[in-house]
Amino acid sequence: MAHALPHLDARTVGELSFWRRYIFSQDHKVIGIQYALTSMAMAVLGGVLALFIRLQLGWPGRSWPLLGRLFPGGMPEGQMSQAFYLAAVTMHGTIMIFFVLTTLLTGGFGNFLIPLMIGARDMAFPFLNMLSYWLYPPAIVILLASFFVSGGAAGGGWTAYPPLSALPQAAPGSGLGQTLWLVALAVLIVAFLFGSLNYITTVLQLRTRGMSMLRLPLTVWALFVTAILSLLAFPVLLAAAIMLLFDRLGGTSFFVPAGLLVGTTPVDHAGGDPLLWQHLFWFLGHPEVYVLILPPMGMVSDILANNARKPIFGYRFMVGSMVAIAFLSFLVWGHHMYTSGMHPLLGTAFMTTTLVIAVPSAIKTFNWLATLWRGKIRFTSAMLFALGFLSLFVTGGLTGIVLAQPPVDIYFHDTFFVVAHFHFVMASAAIFAAFAGTYYWFPKMFGRMLDERLGRWHFWLTFAGIYATFFPMHYAGFMGMMRRIYSPQLYAHLQGLAPLNVFVSLAAFVLFAAQSIFLYNFFRSLFRGPRAERNPWGATTLEWTAPSPPPHGNWGPALPVVQRWAYEYSPPNAAQDFLPQTAPAAVPVGREPGALGGDGERRR
Amino acid sequence: MALGLLVAGAVVATLIARHRWWLPPLASLQGRPVDRLFLVTLAIISAAFMLVQGLLALFVWLYRDRGQRASYWHEHRALELTYTIVPAVVMTGLTVAAAGLWARIHSAPPPGALVVEVRAEQFGWKARYPGPDGRFGRIDPRLFSPRQNPFALDPADPAGQDDLVLDISTSAALHLVVNRPVEVRLRAKDVVHSFFVPAFRVKQDAVPGMVTRTWFTPSRTGTYEIACAELCGPLHYIMRGRIVVQTQEEFDAWLAAQVRP
Repeated sequence: MAHALPHLDARTVGELSFWRRYIFSQDHKVIGIQYALTSMAMAVLGGVLALFIRLQLGWPGRSWPLLGRLFPGGMPEGQMSQAFYLAAVTMHGTIMIFFVLTTLLTGGFGNFLIPLMIGARDMAFPFLNMLSYWLYPPAIVILLASFFVSGGAAGGGWTAYPPLSALPQAAPGSGLGQTLWLVALAVLIVAFLFGSLNYITTVLQLRTRGMSMLRLPLTVWALFVTAILSLLAFPVLLAAAIMLLFDRLGGTSFFVPAGLLVGTTPVDHAGGDPLLWQHLFWFLGHPEVYVLILPPMGMVSDILANNARKPIFGYRFMVGSMVAIAFLSFLVWGHHMYTSGMHPLLGTAFMTTTLVIAVPSAIKTFNWLATLWRGKIRFTSAMLFALGFLSLFVTGGLTGIVLAQPPVDIYFHDTFFVVAHFHFVMASAAIFAAFAGTYYWFPKMFGRMLDERLGRWHFWLTFAGIYATFFPMHYAGFMGMMRRIYSPQLYAHLQGLAPLNVFVSLAAFVLFAAQSIFLYNFFRSLFRGPRAERNPWGATTLEWTAPSPPPHGNWGPALPVVQRWAYEYSPPNAAQDFLPQTAPAAVPVGREPGALGGDGERRR
Repeated sequence: MALGLLVAGAVVATLIARHRWWLPPLASLQGRPVDRLFLVTLAIISAAFMLVQGLLALFVWLYRDRGQRASYWHEHRALELTYTIVPAVVMTGLTVAAAGLWARIHSAPPPGALVVEVRAEQFGWKARYPGPDGRFGRIDPRLFSPRQNPFALDPADPAGQDDLVLDISTSAALHLVVNRPVEVRLRAKDVVHSFFVPAFRVKQDAVPGMVTRTWFTPSRTGTYEIACAELCGPLHYIMRGRIVVQTQEEFDAWLAAQVRP
């Protein structure tokens, strides 16, 4: 089927103009790299915003004259304004969640890896794929433009709870900045929907001969399940964002009730309900967490197996737990709302589903451990980051058990304990998997190797930096330090917290600085790294049977044919310690050759 | 090795934090089982943390590449079922314990509970006592006036004539009685806020257009702080309020002194 796509005719590729090949490309690999590089730029920006937050929390009230000269709007006289602080908080979250992690993991890795790992020449809808990427830069421009409008960027948090986010007069950041925030998000969601549709169709329709669903590498399974999650969850946020835009611009009242006063001025709205937004927002918001963590789970599974030279343990349980997590993720959103005023019985229901979802997560963790057991572990940079993912995911996952219980969550809700929790379980863990994936697939993406020694430095500094930054935040949460406050100094119960906040801020600066090692390694290796061979890691999956980097269309005239599952590492009686998925299956004695070829007789 | 350091570091950090950065001293009755459930959960997750990080460190060290051949071992139904069922049992236990406590926290307040209203607004708190008649008067937001009528009471309603309105962010405090349950009814004037009293382990959002409720029993006299826990605008961080818990006699004396002539 894939052979028939006309634009993939290898002979015409050389005639494509520079623009069609690299800018408005329909090649999934170019689109994946475009998504990845854009996300990297956004990650730097999101990181800088985090430094502003930590600067304020570490040294509240301190004046920074140099920064005052650089950012006269946000830091008049060198002192950060409250509105700018909240804009930094809001935009850091928005950028990191939607514009970095989602785009990098599904847009970047998803685009690059899916066709290569299933033996397809491209995505099912290459034009739609190009369109998906090209909605992303406009969304960025709209989002960042909000920093320069009157009132500044949105300041209502990445959750944008109305009425704060619905009433322009309620706060400086609720003005035009909030409108632009909503529009940017809506545009980006359309990009995600295009992408998801494409991934689902591609995985279902374009697998090469022999690639049955249960022979798919876990990376593909994860990206496939993620695409289904996105396709079902993002439209709800899109609808909510449009409703909120109507409330702001069209005079409707979906989320604003009657009888409100901002300052002394009555608000001209009636009939809405602020909780409706919270339900709609978290109906996406929680699956979104799994949109960010399922692809890492898949990628880490493949990298662990490859570097432990051992089959992934419990493949079927791994697939099953991913499907279970995806299904359950639609039923847990209310655990963000235990104190919101929704009916307490809902709290009980959402607690139950939330604690149930811990079980498939535990299965995955122990399966990863069992994969390492009696392996032969090779400490490549990719493996170090994959192991780091495991450590971070466990740390962050466990604190989720505290927050899942509504009576305990009453105290911890909206404190730094929550901030610590999600920075471990989805932010740091997902970033670690993205780093692991980058060190692992860089040779395939660019045909060159990254420097392993710099990779190890990068890993150790990042690993120590992450724990030093986020672990102490749990204690700030114990003390009851609220999220999103400009300064904790005023509160009696937060006295004595200053040294801890200074420590966290210093660790955050070190963590940020350590990323320059990665950026240096990435861009130097792009041009100067040693040439990569076809299969530098001795891996089994299909992308390693294509040249590095793969040409347009990925393989020559013949597509690879799959003969076995993706985890044939250290099989008994084999000369090598791995068998690629394309290696012919041994013919059992007494069977005629060809009878067991695995040549796709299980498909169609 | 590094993971070993990590586990040790986490333990030492927690021990230090136990003395310096811990939950504020408890001052309510219903906070006691909450703290107990938290400590039980903390013990469980700490054990799991040490177990899993420890195993990870052990495996990484034991099975580093020393020229051996990895074993071809990838299914073990009994093992997999074990680590499906054990977490499931632990989670079920926590669910049952937490559900019971949650139901008690949200049960109806006992008869004889003090009832107060607290209204959140950008960026402070106001409180209302029903006065001697024990009834709250009607509210009409259109009648709001920052000085004359900050709670927007309807003067036409006789129940509201004796209502006592206090600004508990600046001049006054929310006075409560030790060991007497109190139901706090929460209103919001403009945006979503959250009524957070760390010492009582109480947090309840104040949502515009709704009256949300929470009840608790202060167990120690003293002065406590209300914080706003839901982002509500640029001055969110200064949105504090004051609570004074006193004996019934002190409270009665205070209340008598407040009644408007």
